Amino acid sequence: MFDNEYFNLGYLDTLSYRDTVIHRLDPRAKLIATVLFIVTVVSFPKYEIAGLLPFFLFPVLLFSLADVPVKFILKKVLLVSSFAVFIGIFNPVIDRRIVYSLLGVPVSGGWISFLSIMLKFFLTITSALLLIATTSFPGICHALQKLGLPEIFVSQLLFLYRYLFVLTEETMRIVRARDMRSFGGKGKGMKAFVHLAGTLFLRTVERAERIYQAMLSRGFAGRLHSVRSYRFSGADAAFVGATIAALYLFRAHDVVGAIGRFSMRVF
Amino acid sequence: MHMADALLSPAVGATFWAGTLGTIGYCARKLKENMDEKMIPLMGVLGAFIFAAQMINFTIPGTGSSGHLGGGMILAILLGPYAGFIVMASVLTIQAFFFADGGLLALGCNIWNLGIYPCFIAYPLIFKPLAGSGASPKKITIASLISGVVALQLGAFSVVIETLLSGRSELPFSTFVLMMQPVHLGIGIVEGFVTAGVINFVRASRPEILESAASARPLSGGISTGRVFAGLLIAAVLTGGALSWFASSNPDGLEWSIAKVFGKPELPEKETGIATALKSVQEKTAFLPDYSFKKPEGAKERGGPSWPSVDPGTSVSGIVGSALVLAAVLLIGLIIRALRRKSACRTK
Repeated sequence: MFDNEYFNLGYLDTLSYRDTVIHRLDPRAKLIATVLFIVTVVSFPKYEIAGLLPFFLFPVLLFSLADVPVKFILKKVLLVSSFAVFIGIFNPVIDRRIVYSLLGVPVSGGWISFLSIMLKFFLTITSALLLIATTSFPGICHALQKLGLPEIFVSQLLFLYRYLFVLTEETMRIVRARDMRSFGGKGKGMKAFVHLAGTLFLRTVERAERIYQAMLSRGFAGRLHSVRSYRFSGADAAFVGATIAALYLFRAHDVVGAIGRFSMRVF
Repeated sequence: MHMADALLSPAVGATFWAGTLGTIGYCARKLKENMDEKMIPLMGVLGAFIFAAQMINFTIPGTGSSGHLGGGMILAILLGPYAGFIVMASVLTIQAFFFADGGLLALGCNIWNLGIYPCFIAYPLIFKPLAGSGASPKKITIASLISGVVALQLGAFSVVIETLLSGRSELPFSTFVLMMQPVHLGIGIVEGFVTAGVINFVRASRPEILESAASARPLSGGISTGRVFAGLLIAAVLTGGALSWFASSNPDGLEWSIAKVFGKPELPEKETGIATALKSVQEKTAFLPDYSFKKPEGAKERGGPSWPSVDPGTSVSGIVGSALVLAAVLLIGLIIRALRRKSACRTK
């Protein structure tokens, strides 16, 4: 479980350094597109199902154009212990009005709103994971800074991300050492945890002092600089423009209904 | 407990994002005014520490289940409210991106729920007065226990409010509150004890760390605290006022269906100590008791949302259209993938 989580983190990071059409887009373009996508998906009313389906085009395009392993992301989405699932499952229990009959099987409003929550959950979570899989985290931090977030918060994110891997590795050693010494679950209580966490904290503070010394000796004067530079090009503008147009089309017009009516007339 | 995108309406998500971003900006300004550069790496590495410490599970005495650290209170106590809030926000941001905890729209709510309450309410109003300056381990334990519980109760209550305002869930206010608050009472107690343990451990081995946190970065003066609370208040009014029309579209049907399920208009409530206490709290908090969501009586008869009123003809075309759209989307993906494979082979 623990090793797995760590592996996932590192793997998502490696994915983001590939070189595809999507990876080459400016982080700002991808961040803006993803946020617009999520807001549009979430803006659908409670009982909407059909209107959400065209939105699957966005993750499918990203999956295929950016060559992201589908299974890996889907597994992550399905395994995430979601509050949405936990709360949503109450809808069918509470809302039992029969609103619809599907081939003679009565369907209650609760199941429809539950399905709607699940679709939204899948779309929003997948797009967030795809954003990180196609844009390195430092790239996202860069975008956040360009979009006006305070510098101190952005450098905090960069620092956290940089030392996340160092500290999780250290923690992994600590946990392994504890597990090897605890038989039948003994020694895994709060008291042992407090000592482990306290020691880890003190080591961390000492590490921060060393890092600061190292930064000073390299000329740190209160700002973090990035070597890589990004440029918001025409392709990025086109990507954002196309996303906005598609989102508007899918949100404002009944695409599914139109296709359905059209195909019924044809056949 | 992480709020999720799928349960949010855009207006609620945006409002909490606005509050969260405002607080981040405010904290950044405060930190810039009186911070030495040494804090930058310290804050960064402590964020990684919270992240790593959350990964160490421990067994909770008496239950057999395992828990982990939240971290908001520890950060507020060790770094002071401003830096503590920035670090907590960064931890939650990483979780939202890499572990899909909640999602990006819900991140605003999550930072609010797990950052604002420990840093700007529990720490200055409960922990500091209770722990005092020359604090003893016992005082620290009591102070962290109470502030941990209060912070988590407020956070859990926020989740309820955010969910109800968004109107995606059918859960009525009272049931939801009775479900969330007791669970988070337990979590809060564990969090409080763990916080106290770590703080006392640090105090015993490196007391100067705590002293510098308490003296160098106090919540400076009454004016700025007042400003933070004014911000909180404005956000609360905005949420309550501007968004009420976003709330559940058919609350009467909901009460009616509960009546059908349980034979009573509300879920049966056990009259235990906590339940009655919470009930009275609920009646006293005039902010959002469930009756404020009710529509006038006539609204019930007119039927609820538009979905049930579709006639069979259009709904068949809807199903056909849905199937076609899904098939088309899948096909597009498969074709692009096949083309990519082909071109990849050729270049090799």
